[in-house]
Amino acid sequence: MNIKFKQETFRGDFTYRNSPDNIKRFPFPFHEDKYMYAVNMEPHVPAGPKGYAFEHMIDVDEHYVSEMRDRALVLKEDPLRCQALPHMMAAQWDTLELLMEQQAAGYPEHFSLTKNSDQWHWINRPLGIDQKFTFGDPSTLPYEPMEYITRQAQGDFCIVDQRDGNLWMDAGMVTTQADWSLDFDIGMNFMEWHGPVPLAHQMGVFDRALKFLLNLQQGKPVRRLNWTMTINPRLDTSPENYHKWGTDRMTVTPENVGEKVHLRCELQSLWRLPRSNAMLFVIRCYLLKMDELVTVPKWARRFHRVLRDLPTELADYKGLTRFRPTTVEWLSKYDDGAATSSGIFPE
Amino acid sequence: MLVQGIKSRPVYTGLDIDPNARRHLFALEGAGVEALLDQVKAVGSDFLKSSDILCVGQLPNVAAEDMWSAPTIPVLLNRLRVNLINAKMGTRLYLSGTEGFIGQTMKVALDQGIDFNSIRTEHRGSTARRVQCVHCKGITESVKTSPFQCSHCGLNLLVRDHYSRRLAAFQGVCIDAEEPGTAPPPVEMFP
Repeated sequence: MNIKFKQETFRGDFTYRNSPDNIKRFPFPFHEDKYMYAVNMEPHVPAGPKGYAFEHMIDVDEHYVSEMRDRALVLKEDPLRCQALPHMMAAQWDTLELLMEQQAAGYPEHFSLTKNSDQWHWINRPLGIDQKFTFGDPSTLPYEPMEYITRQAQGDFCIVDQRDGNLWMDAGMVTTQADWSLDFDIGMNFMEWHGPVPLAHQMGVFDRALKFLLNLQQGKPVRRLNWTMTINPRLDTSPENYHKWGTDRMTVTPENVGEKVHLRCELQSLWRLPRSNAMLFVIRCYLLKMDELVTVPKWARRFHRVLRDLPTELADYKGLTRFRPTTVEWLSKYDDGAATSSGIFPE
Repeated sequence: MLVQGIKSRPVYTGLDIDPNARRHLFALEGAGVEALLDQVKAVGSDFLKSSDILCVGQLPNVAAEDMWSAPTIPVLLNRLRVNLINAKMGTRLYLSGTEGFIGQTMKVALDQGIDFNSIRTEHRGSTARRVQCVHCKGITESVKTSPFQCSHCGLNLLVRDHYSRRLAAFQGVCIDAEEPGTAPPPVEMFP
C-alpha cells in the first residue's frame, strides 16, 4: 500500500495533523487505567490490527518526509545532535544495514536495497535518493553511515556499546528527544544516563532492565512504550532549546487543550547488531493531539484516568505540572466512568 | 561531603597507594596535597622514591623523585598530558583536589586511553561545581550557587545532579524557561 506523505511542520505554524487512519495506528502506551514505571518489554514482532504501528519492525508513516525535513533543520542549527565515538564505526555500518533492510522489507514500493557483495544500491523514493556505495567504506557516502541512514529514518537512534557488563551510550542521532541531551550523555553507561529519572532506581527497574538487555539476542528485537506530553506538535523538545520552547507550557487554556496538548508516545525498540555486538536503540516518537485522542472513546476514558491519578513526582519529571489540571478537566468530559477493555488497541 | 546518590557522578574512594605500581603519578590541587600527606602518614614514604608529583601552586614538603609546580590548572593539564604520553607500563595515576580539578585531569587521562576505573581519586577542598550550560555549551568554573548565571550566554541555570565524565561537568538547565524572569535568587549550595 502506498503511503500518502504529508507536507507539514513541527515548528512555527505547526501544521502537523494525523489523518483519521493514522490515529487508529497510534501506539497508545497504556494497557490499563493507571501508569507506573515497569520493565514493560515484549518481543518486537508484528501485532495489532492491520496497518498498526507494530506491523513493520521499522515503522514508516504519513509524516516521514516532513519529519526528515525537520531533522535536517535541527542538524543545521546544532550538529552536535549527531555524534559517534571513534570505536563505533562497525556498529554504524550495522545500523545502516538494519535500517535499509527493514525499510525495504516493510515498504518495497518506497525503498529498495540491492547488494552485490560490498557494492550496494539504495533507493529511497519518498526523499528522491538513489545511492550506490561500497559497504564498509565511509568515503563512498556523503555522511558517516549512521548519520546517512538516520537522516532517512523516523525516530531517534542511539547505538549502545556492550562491555564490562554494562551498556554505553557511544553514538546517536537525537533530534526528537523528550528533554535529554546526547551531547551531555554520550559516553555514559546505562545507570549514568538514567541517573536523573526519579523513583525507578529505587524500584530496581534499571537493574532488571540492564540484566535483560545484556542478554538481547540477534534476530530477536524487543520493544517497550514510553510516553510524555508535549505542547504543540513539536518534535525538537530538546534541553538545548528548552529556553525557546519552555514558554509553550504556559499557553494551555481550557479552550485550546484539544488543539495544543499532545500525548507523545515513544515506541522504543532494541536490536542486537551482528558485527559489533552493539545494540541499536530506536526511540520513535508519535504525537497525538487531545482532539484526535478523544476520537477513540476507550483512549479518552483511559487517558483521563491515567493523567488524573499520576504520581506527582512523575508529573514533575515529565514536565506536566503546569497544564495537567486543565487537561484532566478537559478530558473528564469524555469519561463517562464506563469500564475499559484491557490492552492498548482501540476497541 | 559531596551529595550522595547522583548516579552519573564518579565515586571518589581515596588515593590508597598501590603497592604493586612501578611508578606513581600524582596530580594535586589545593587541599589535594593533604590527601598525599595522609598517605605518607599511613603507609610510609617509600613510594615517594618512584613518584612524580604535579601540583597546582605550592609543592608539598616531601621528597619525591620528581616534583613540578604549575601556576594554574590548564598549565598542569598540559604537563599531565605529556607525562601520560611518556608513561610506562605499571604507572598508577592518582588525582586529588576539587571535583572540577579531578574531572579535568581525569578527562586528560581518558583521552590517553586510561580506564577511569583504574584511576585513584580523592575529593578535597571546595564542593564548587564545574557546569556546562546545556543551551550554549559554555563551561562555567567554580559554581557555588544554584541557580547561577551562565558566564557565556547569560541564562539563569539550575545546576542538575547529572554529571558527564567526558565533559568533566555538571549540567546547567535554564530555570525560568517556562516563565522568563521568574528565576529564584541564587542559593549557595556548593561551598
